Amino acid sequence: MIAKTQTAIGFSPRTMARGIPWWLSAAVAAVGLLVVLPVGALIGIAAEGDAEIWPHLIANVLPASTIDTLALLAGVAIVAGSMGITTAWLVTAHHFPGRSILVWLLPLPLAVPTYITAYIYVEIFDSAGLAQMALRDLMGWRSRADYWFPEIRSLPGCILVLSVVLYPYIYIAARAMFLTQSASMLEVARTLGASRIKLFRIIALPLARPALAVGVSLALLEALNDIGASEYLGVRTLTVSVYNTWLNRGSLAGAAQIACVMLAFAVGLILIERYGRRDRRYALSPKRHRTVHPVPLAGGRGWTASLLCALPVFMGFILPTGFLLRETLRGGLVDQFNLDFLAHFMTTIGLSVIATIVVLVIAVLLVSAARLSKNSLTKGVLLAAGLGYALPGTVLALGLMTPLVGFDNLIGTVWRHLTGERLGLLLMGAAGGIIIAYVIRFLSIATGSLSAGLDRVSPSLEDAARTLGASRREMVWKIQIPLMRPALASAALLIFVDCIKELPATLLLRPLNTETLSTLVYTYASRGRFEDGSLAALVIVLVGLIPVIQLVRSAEARPKVVADNTDLSGTASP
Amino acid sequence: MANISFARGLLCGAAALGALAGSGLSASAEEMLNIYTTREPGLIKPVLDEFTKETGIKVNTIFIANGLEERIRTEGANSPADVIITVDIGRLAAAKDYGVTQAVKSEALEKVIPTAYRDPEGHWFGIALRGRVVYASKERVKQDKISYEELADPKWKGKVCIRSGQHLYNISLIAAMIAHKGEAKAEEWLKGVKANLAKKPSGGDREQAKDILAGVCDIAVGNTYYVSLMLNGKDEEQKKWGQAINVILPTFEGGGTHVNVSGLALAKNAPNKANAVKFMEYMVSDASQQIHAELNSEYPIKAGIKIHPTIASFGELKADNVKIAEIANLRKKASEMVDKVGFDQ
Repeated sequence: MIAKTQTAIGFSPRTMARGIPWWLSAAVAAVGLLVVLPVGALIGIAAEGDAEIWPHLIANVLPASTIDTLALLAGVAIVAGSMGITTAWLVTAHHFPGRSILVWLLPLPLAVPTYITAYIYVEIFDSAGLAQMALRDLMGWRSRADYWFPEIRSLPGCILVLSVVLYPYIYIAARAMFLTQSASMLEVARTLGASRIKLFRIIALPLARPALAVGVSLALLEALNDIGASEYLGVRTLTVSVYNTWLNRGSLAGAAQIACVMLAFAVGLILIERYGRRDRRYALSPKRHRTVHPVPLAGGRGWTASLLCALPVFMGFILPTGFLLRETLRGGLVDQFNLDFLAHFMTTIGLSVIATIVVLVIAVLLVSAARLSKNSLTKGVLLAAGLGYALPGTVLALGLMTPLVGFDNLIGTVWRHLTGERLGLLLMGAAGGIIIAYVIRFLSIATGSLSAGLDRVSPSLEDAARTLGASRREMVWKIQIPLMRPALASAALLIFVDCIKELPATLLLRPLNTETLSTLVYTYASRGRFEDGSLAALVIVLVGLIPVIQLVRSAEARPKVVADNTDLSGTASP
Repeated sequence: MANISFARGLLCGAAALGALAGSGLSASAEEMLNIYTTREPGLIKPVLDEFTKETGIKVNTIFIANGLEERIRTEGANSPADVIITVDIGRLAAAKDYGVTQAVKSEALEKVIPTAYRDPEGHWFGIALRGRVVYASKERVKQDKISYEELADPKWKGKVCIRSGQHLYNISLIAAMIAHKGEAKAEEWLKGVKANLAKKPSGGDREQAKDILAGVCDIAVGNTYYVSLMLNGKDEEQKKWGQAINVILPTFEGGGTHVNVSGLALAKNAPNKANAVKFMEYMVSDASQQIHAELNSEYPIKAGIKIHPTIASFGELKADNVKIAEIANLRKKASEMVDKVGFDQ
């Protein structure tokens, strides 16, 4: 609607700005090249192979693993979706015991990496795990044959594990939506005597649809790319098939071909996300900023609401963190905290901070360029920025390796000709490869967040600046960047947490003697001693908590900011 | 707020990178050896430390479970990799096929390692062996002998546990079965094992022992050294898993127990080739073989080295006669067979 109005009036920064300077175009094109690099390499690898493996794959692998993948995605969509929507609605529309604390606790599972939760759930709920052993002692059962207990190493188990970690994506998006929009409609409906359930059905659900699309597609991308949790829990997804084809049948080309098929799934999810985001932009009129007034739920209803909201927090955060804490104390793991550990910690933080900064700079560049001139170049590059998030980490790393080393070898060869010395590898030999992988993987979080943030800014502001004779540079520095600042902060936090948690690309691209906290956890786990990595895992969670809490703080403060200041401020939620 | 933490983070990052670069520069002055390993380096650290102490060569490691060969191949002529350490014949053979290894001619290595456990051209060398054996419930299984063929016997219906058929340990076992019986019979056998499974394959080898303790199944397939690691580790829970089982060394009908190797290879473009060969020879010295056997509970490759007491308690190992190189060639077939019978479904 906004876009239509602009065209009708013919007076907007987009139509006024006649293109962007050549250097900005060049920079945008360079970024575009960078983000399609791994996908290009992947397609290149896939093209090297012939179709030899496909008869076998079609007959024996793909039907089952496609069904498993679809079942996993559907399960996560339903379970995580209902967890996220229900909790977001309850804490927004109602008062009940513990609500003010739960608002803070609900997003916290975001700080716990999926593979860590999977390991912990197996430790706790597996056949001879803590939960079943305690039950046996209590009931006097002797064998697994004496009773029924849900199997954690299974498809439903995997759906549960992924859902309790990923529901915050939906919760955050839905809560932001409910907070900023539903006030007037909700009040009208309440005045007209609609029941609580009806309110949820006719107001909350339709309103949350765009948020649901954004949150669910992000969660599903994560689920699709997960390898650690699903493999460990015995679910044969397409990602696992990629691994088997590559490692057991020695066919990297075949693996790349399956990965290309998966990319189609992922692009589908991204398009859904885009679609949801587009809807949200229209919905988010800056004028409507009255916040919802929560209605108390009395007695049993209130406690039920408390329980419903506390359960995901318990399963996704308290249980895993509690387990890690217990193992850290029980195993005397605090002793692991030595200089080496500190060095790994610094490496993790250092890599994540640098990657975050690079991502933000690139994202600001892209989004500003797109705002100044909506030509097909900027539009295409913004779209392509989503590709990195769509690739499983290992596939991204494999795709990146060839171009990275190609660059390194070029420099090395030139160096050898000039000096006669062997230089070694520049990017792969230092941490350059990891940082580039993080940047490509997480760029879309920043561009998405910033675009959404800037889309909420009324173009009339820039029109006014333009009329007053502001140059393009002034528009960017004095108007766009200051207005993007809240969105920048939230994007930075999310990217930072994601970098800290990232495992597969880090594992494959790091230089000699380099460990991050997540590779440390992986190292212990591959020794069959996951518990020994509890300290490192706990530190990942704690470091991840800081930005998540910061994020909640800014999200929860939003209504006030909007009310106090102008229509224009506001944080774009991820 | 965000700005302050940014600034602080930036400082941290700069410091970390500085340290990284610094270590790279200072290291270039001394004798070095770069090891690329698919085994977690903590497992061999005492051996590495001993090597550094003896020779003064500083050892750098990188642990990459999947994709190690790809990385070395991509890195090409400038790859810092000197030595590749990996487990399973499949991966050793793959490294050679990928062209990331080079031949080593070393009397020290050839004298110690039997021809069955090294590449005829010297591209890889086995330094220790592990058996793929049967874990049997102490409580519920009375027999002390079993053949691999018997795993498909309907008398075990609903009583067998095993990790994913696509795991490289199982792929090699199935490949060995193909080598013994031919493809058709091996497939029948695999179907039979599948029909006997108590639950869908998942977890690692230790989880199978755990399932036996829990009463999910009576017998399971696992590697020898895990039993020792469970029994002698410091984790009380895992001790219980280990105590719940007896190890039976199974044999193929007309053959022996399926063994696999962990081994070494010299990287094709090793920048520190002399150090690398020195290290490879060190790995078959009495001292390092002894540490390795104690530390990882694998069967030492060198005759006369003491086997870990827990491993020795399983009885005498009679290794199977199928050539390990033949197993490598049949892996792809085995992997496809696992899919075909829907073993993991």
